[in-house]
Amino acid sequence: MESRLLVLLLSGVMAAGLTGCGRHRALEAADAGQPPVIEPELERRQIEPADIDTEDFEVGIYAGQLSVEDFGVNTVVGVRFAYHITESFFVEAAGGRSDTEPTSFERLSGAAQLLTDDEREYSYYNVSLGYNLLPGESFIGRNRAFNSSLYLIGGVGNTKFAGDDRFTINFGMGLRLLPLDWLAVHADVRDHVLDNDVLGRKKTTHNLEAHVGFTFFF
Amino acid sequence: MASALEVCALGAGPGRAARAIAWLAALAALALAPLAACAATYEVIVEDPYLELHTGPGRGYPVFQIAERGERVELIRRRTDWFQVRLPRGEVGWVPLAQLRRTLGLDGEPFDVLAYELADYTERRWEVGALYGDFGGANVISVYGAFGMTPNLSLELWLSQALGRFSDSKIASLDVVHELFPDKRFSPYIALGAGVVKTDPKATLVATTDRSDAAAHAGGGLRAYLTRRFLFRAEYKSYVVFTSRDDNEEIREWKAGFSFFF
Repeated sequence: MESRLLVLLLSGVMAAGLTGCGRHRALEAADAGQPPVIEPELERRQIEPADIDTEDFEVGIYAGQLSVEDFGVNTVVGVRFAYHITESFFVEAAGGRSDTEPTSFERLSGAAQLLTDDEREYSYYNVSLGYNLLPGESFIGRNRAFNSSLYLIGGVGNTKFAGDDRFTINFGMGLRLLPLDWLAVHADVRDHVLDNDVLGRKKTTHNLEAHVGFTFFF
Repeated sequence: MASALEVCALGAGPGRAARAIAWLAALAALALAPLAACAATYEVIVEDPYLELHTGPGRGYPVFQIAERGERVELIRRRTDWFQVRLPRGEVGWVPLAQLRRTLGLDGEPFDVLAYELADYTERRWEVGALYGDFGGANVISVYGAFGMTPNLSLELWLSQALGRFSDSKIASLDVVHELFPDKRFSPYIALGAGVVKTDPKATLVATTDRSDAAAHAGGGLRAYLTRRFLFRAEYKSYVVFTSRDDNEEIREWKAGFSFFF
């Protein structure tokens, strides 16, 4: 097994050497020894401006607590994908799920079960528009400053709960903190507003979610 | 590379699993090493009296450093219309596109970077978007992907979910869309399509069954180019659902949303 890995390893080295980049570094190393006689007009082959690494997308995961009206507060996990349109606006698609717990009524009555185990799962997706309301720097301690932004976000989506799909509006705000240029830490609070008729009468429910997560820019 | 070799050496001692992990780590380090060393960079020369470096990519981030005329700066990455640059002294900061436009490439030519404009919009090939609206009284959320066959004609695949009081529907359809003035910022279009509507009555209603029906629709709408790769879109469609009952069902749909092109 190890010999096979060795072959893989060597082919990796070969590949690196074969790419222009490996050759380029080798040339640079050779040049370093002696000072150039004439300063060349074009020192290095330029890459195209279009090749500059553009990082407008953000992808990541989050975990937190979701309060489902009448069904307790439970752990929620989710994934998010965002596209930054301008420095101020971004769009986000997110999906999450949580397992809700029995209502107080179900617990007190002992036997009554309103929902099956499958129906107890609360899952949602949404598409939202965000606005970076307060961009700036946040200081942690005396000497460390991170770029950060407080954003407002809101959108529409679907929630599957108690066997039905329910149209859902979500809105809230979040804090994005960038410890590295390509890594962001998020802390979000959202309200998921949906109509629910599980307990016999239709009512509008507010389901609050607080989560933290991280995303990568790419 | 040295670290990779160290990992390999360490892996020789312990058990099989640890060895395998060490090998994988070494492989990963090797695979990533050329990437790190070869990260694409682009250099420009400052032409303005000075170039201001901000601490972050956006309004509100203060200027903390400048590069003077004639200095060479390296462009590291781009985020929306901001570029992260590195000065020869090593400082790293962010510069807006508008200011970078006034720099020169190493070949002496003005720095010409991709800024998406109306011209790119009219030449777009692919487009994706999400819209929200009303589908016969139900809330509808739609996503679509479009492929431009000619400047005027495009093919669109739509997936929608309509969430109503008594039932939920999932709709998939294929549309042919004709844009009347594809090179204009505001561009009206007409659409013709066919698809499938799958209806799930609410679980709280009794004695209902799910059903799938074919549907056809016609409609029209408007695209408006906003900025960069971003456009606004609003449309109206009239659906005829071919049900198994005596009468076909007619549904009107209004929706609006945002799209990107690339």
